[in-house]
Amino acid sequence: MGKKLVIDPVTRVEGHGKVTVQLDDENNIIGARLHVVEFRGFEKFVQGHPYWEAPMFLQRICGICFVSHHLCGAKVLDDMIGVGYAQGVEMLPTPEKVRRLGHYFQQLQSHVTAYYYLIAPEMIFGMDAAPEKRNILGLIEENPEMVKRVVALRKWGQEGIKLVMGKKMHGIASVPGGVNHNVTQEQIDRFLDGDDGLLDIDTVIKYASEALDVFYKFHEENREQVDRFADVPALNMCLVDAEGNVDYYHGKMRITDEDKNIIEEFDYHDYMDYFAEATEEWSYMKFPYLKKYGREKGSVRVGPLARVNNTKAYGKATPLAQIALERFHVYNNGKASNKTLHTNWARAIEILHSVELIKNLLGDPDLQKEELKITPTKEQWTGDGIGVVEAPRGTLLHHYRANKNGEITFCNLVVSTTQNNTVMNRTVLAVAQEYIGGQNEITEGMMNAIEVGIRAYDPCLSCATHATAGTMPLDVQVIDSKGNLLDSKKR
Amino acid sequence: MSITITIDNKEIKTDIGATLIDVAADNGIFIPRLCYMRGKPCLGTCRVCSVKVNGWMAASCTIPVQDGMIVEVDTSEVKDIQKALVETLFSEGTHNCPSCEKSGRCDLQAMGYETDMMVSRFPYRFTERNKENAANLIWLERDRCIFCQRCVNFIQDEETGQKIFSISGRGPSSRIEIDKELADKMNKKQARAASDICPVGCIIDKERGYDHAMGVRKYDITSIRERILKGEQ
Ligand code: SF4
Ligand code: SF4
Ligand code: FES
Repeated sequence: MGKKLVIDPVTRVEGHGKVTVQLDDENNIIGARLHVVEFRGFEKFVQGHPYWEAPMFLQRICGICFVSHHLCGAKVLDDMIGVGYAQGVEMLPTPEKVRRLGHYFQQLQSHVTAYYYLIAPEMIFGMDAAPEKRNILGLIEENPEMVKRVVALRKWGQEGIKLVMGKKMHGIASVPGGVNHNVTQEQIDRFLDGDDGLLDIDTVIKYASEALDVFYKFHEENREQVDRFADVPALNMCLVDAEGNVDYYHGKMRITDEDKNIIEEFDYHDYMDYFAEATEEWSYMKFPYLKKYGREKGSVRVGPLARVNNTKAYGKATPLAQIALERFHVYNNGKASNKTLHTNWARAIEILHSVELIKNLLGDPDLQKEELKITPTKEQWTGDGIGVVEAPRGTLLHHYRANKNGEITFCNLVVSTTQNNTVMNRTVLAVAQEYIGGQNEITEGMMNAIEVGIRAYDPCLSCATHATAGTMPLDVQVIDSKGNLLDSKKR
Repeated sequence: MSITITIDNKEIKTDIGATLIDVAADNGIFIPRLCYMRGKPCLGTCRVCSVKVNGWMAASCTIPVQDGMIVEVDTSEVKDIQKALVETLFSEGTHNCPSCEKSGRCDLQAMGYETDMMVSRFPYRFTERNKENAANLIWLERDRCIFCQRCVNFIQDEETGQKIFSISGRGPSSRIEIDKELADKMNKKQARAASDICPVGCIIDKERGYDHAMGVRKYDITSIRERILKGEQ
């Protein structure tokens, strides 16, 4: 009689997911799936709204990477009114840089949250540590000074989001063709020199570097485990600049293989020409893949690991991140890393990279200029737009259409967690085979391992299915092939 | 002729015939309102300005002051009635302030704050009144209309004096209408004026959107209370 192991719901992941591991009579793994069983439907709700409202409305899909949704939507609006990149019109420097500034602050804040609040406890206490300890509260007890630094770093990121968006959460900055405000010298100085309760930029860089040290130490002590854990193949996809290195806000979509050969590179407006989406009855989350290569070979990984794999150099302007990137590439012998836990390494590199990008932007006089938006003529209206940005979790795409009155008639969102769906499922299977295969009893350690694998992607299951976010307790059930409950374990 | 009235036990000297809501504001007493606009004829549609006059509830924008009038404003009973009236307006329409472009310059939202409303005590009706967006410059988000009739009475075709906005239907099936032909004769300035006169985000100027950043929107800069007490609105 076959058995099924159910981990439901997965903890410390945004949203609600469930894992089932199918065992045969000898407890061999015959399959593993990450089920995403929530549904929200923002794509439908937004229909009928004025098109310029979409970035304000749709950012509410997520309480963490809302700036990415907002900016992705803003790029769609640019297209729709006919002034965006799709029309070959250069966006004005001030709005583009103000938007980028918000984007980098968001990446910093989101990565710091994921890295320290959700992932670092595993690295510091070990995957097998008791769940009561293996969390942010455990970290506070163990190393209160570090947690204070993390809180200050996160606050700096949040204040930066407020600077651009007007609010720490779900603010308003982008309008079709630009932004509704610039940034003043006085505001910039607060972030460079620090202020009451706000770090100065040098301290921010110092604290941001610490994330890498946490990873290096963990890696040093657990090299074998880190490198062996869920080494799963996937292509790597991200937006790249003219030099072929990651650009978080805009660029071409580049997809590379394990040897870093470019297998596809295209204008993101052509996304639908390149990608198809498979569905499964057991999940609300779709499975996108490159049509040309089929589902098995054509599934991509997005997010920090994909971006770092794809990036040859960050350049001289961000020297500390550049050094960290080189170390990553040397370690992986110049090949793309498929090692799931290297995602955390990549995330730590990106924490530093975002801070250095912010520092450079804050020194850019364009931020303070007055020309805030391009106003198109009516004839330029296209009513159709696609926007792509690199959200903290990876490539994010919004596509809207509106009728001539300005009313949204169609909306499609392809979020990063959806892009990662196949590779996450591969990760779950790999971990299950390693930790659960052949065992009789399901231990905390096994459950943790699966969660560690999923959490490396920092998946936002809520925005991937457009469902509510939340953190849930863990419930494990063993179910036989007829659906009978054989064993259950709760915590 | 000078007369004396009493508001919340305070004697106030004023002129006969002045409107109670203005007399209160001129003496630093805030009364909420949604349809009344200082300097324009009273509409008396929203009742949010209700106070107790000689022991009876009455809409203060409709009351000319009289000698010896006794008015109660700052009592828990009056305040609760005002709040309830604001709540009914939220329950009656469909309001999603977080993504509404009127947020920060919306009188209804501002009155929600001023009356300390947290959530409506009345069931939300989620009324569905289809939007109307065919006019070139104006988008009517009908679910947000509070039927104050400001647009109906104060926005007219400049050439003929004809009304551009009207209310059709009765009771729950009432809805605001726009004459598209006349609306398309409006220039940008008139369209902006129509959207500004609407106390909520029902009349939307299609060219406006989220033109002000948070922190510099109308009521971020000066609250509705301050504006009213300064006699500005
Ligand atoms: S009209 Fe006013 S109250 Fe209604 S949603 Fe908009 S801001 Fe909120
Ligand atoms: S559209 Fe605005 S101004 Fe006109 S009646 Fe409705 S709420 Fe009042
Ligand atoms: S303000 Fe008096 S009835 Fe509306």
